[in-house]
Amino acid sequence: MPIVYAVAVMCALGAVFGVVLSFADKKFAVPVDERVQLIREKLAGANCGACGFPGCDGFAEAVAKGEAPVNGCPPGGSDTATALAEIMGVSVGVGVQEVARLRCQGEKGVANESFEYDGIKTCFAASEFSGGPKACQYSCIGLGDCMRACVFDAIEIVNGIAVINPDKCTACGMCVDACPRNLIALLPKESTVLVRCMSLNNARVTRQSCSKGCIGCKRCEKACEFDAIHVVNGIAVIDAEKCTNCKACVEVCPNACITVA
Amino acid sequence: MRLSEVGILLFMVDCILCNNYIFSRFLGCCPFLGVSSKVETSIGMGLAVTFVMGLASLFTWAVHEYVLMPLNLTYLNTIAFIFIIASLVQFVEMFMKKSLPALYSALGIYLPLITTNCAVLGAALLNIQSSYGLLESVLNGVFGALGFMLAIVIMAGVRERLESSDIPLPFKGFSISLVIAGMMSVAFLGFKGLV
Repeated sequence: MPIVYAVAVMCALGAVFGVVLSFADKKFAVPVDERVQLIREKLAGANCGACGFPGCDGFAEAVAKGEAPVNGCPPGGSDTATALAEIMGVSVGVGVQEVARLRCQGEKGVANESFEYDGIKTCFAASEFSGGPKACQYSCIGLGDCMRACVFDAIEIVNGIAVINPDKCTACGMCVDACPRNLIALLPKESTVLVRCMSLNNARVTRQSCSKGCIGCKRCEKACEFDAIHVVNGIAVIDAEKCTNCKACVEVCPNACITVA
Repeated sequence: MRLSEVGILLFMVDCILCNNYIFSRFLGCCPFLGVSSKVETSIGMGLAVTFVMGLASLFTWAVHEYVLMPLNLTYLNTIAFIFIIASLVQFVEMFMKKSLPALYSALGIYLPLITTNCAVLGAALLNIQSSYGLLESVLNGVFGALGFMLAIVIMAGVRERLESSDIPLPFKGFSISLVIAGMMSVAFLGFKGLV
């Protein structure tokens, strides 16, 4: 018999609290901006923090209050921006879809190694140690700091360097911050012709340390009809706005360090 | 410690210093470490806990005295009290959202955390164990929570200074916090037997 009382008491307590709480819910209801929920549903939902707000919820609230731009969600891209613009009743100038690109080709066999590194398995630790294991101190170390930073599983380490899958990449920028050598950059998805070297060494050192390094020979500069590629500080830099992806520079590059993604 | 024997002042000293919930009873360590990075937020957390712990002591005492005791169901104390605390926190959250929006946005995220603060449940159960009366229970709840607040504010003050100190790498972050919590606990042991 006591067990019946026990069950009854717990049920009664539950019922009383339930009634009180549901009553309180009505009585103390605060009108919330229903757009927050709508916006939240349209977001990528990875809580990556690329927008600068605490998670997707924080961003949704800020958008509803008008404190954040509707195109402020990098992973969502233009689809999310358009959807959010519709909810908020504003028009949006769709930005350029960006993607993370690794500006190094120093995989095994291409970049020479100066010693065998057997320390802590992060790029950061390795780069701090005597200039890093590769002969070029501007090269990708390939221990995967960017891979671990990527919440979208878009980066793999293949043959000693990071390989970014542009279809999975959402341009959230986490890998850009994670790379101790600043080798990853967010570039427009349409510009497929890339200079894949960041070596500031002079031509002789670059040649000694890597077979695909930019030596600043300016052949690409001369080959370009659109004034889109220039050698700055010894490395070629492509101006994405002027580049037409004509690939003239790719053909003349003696070290194959300009590639088509 | 009975209120009638020592008077309210000593009862307070006993709750806050001698039997501090964090440093002597080791209850409520999760928010103690989780919300103690800034003095401002730790005060917010302390106030919210004080509010809920006082109310929880009142309600749990009443339920125990008038429902569970007469029916000989005191073994249901724990589960019933968890029930009460969870509902109470929910209710307080709704109430604050409506009536005290400023306080709500200040405490905001800490309120739901209190549901799982074991110091609240601990106070409710200790009230019953020590066979406290209504006034004693509520006072124990409020003063106990003030002790919690004292601990968390001290901790936040220390941690704010740690931010700018040169700490050896293995100790950085959580480990130094735990070491400090331990040292403060030892210090608070000195208050034992004060009342």
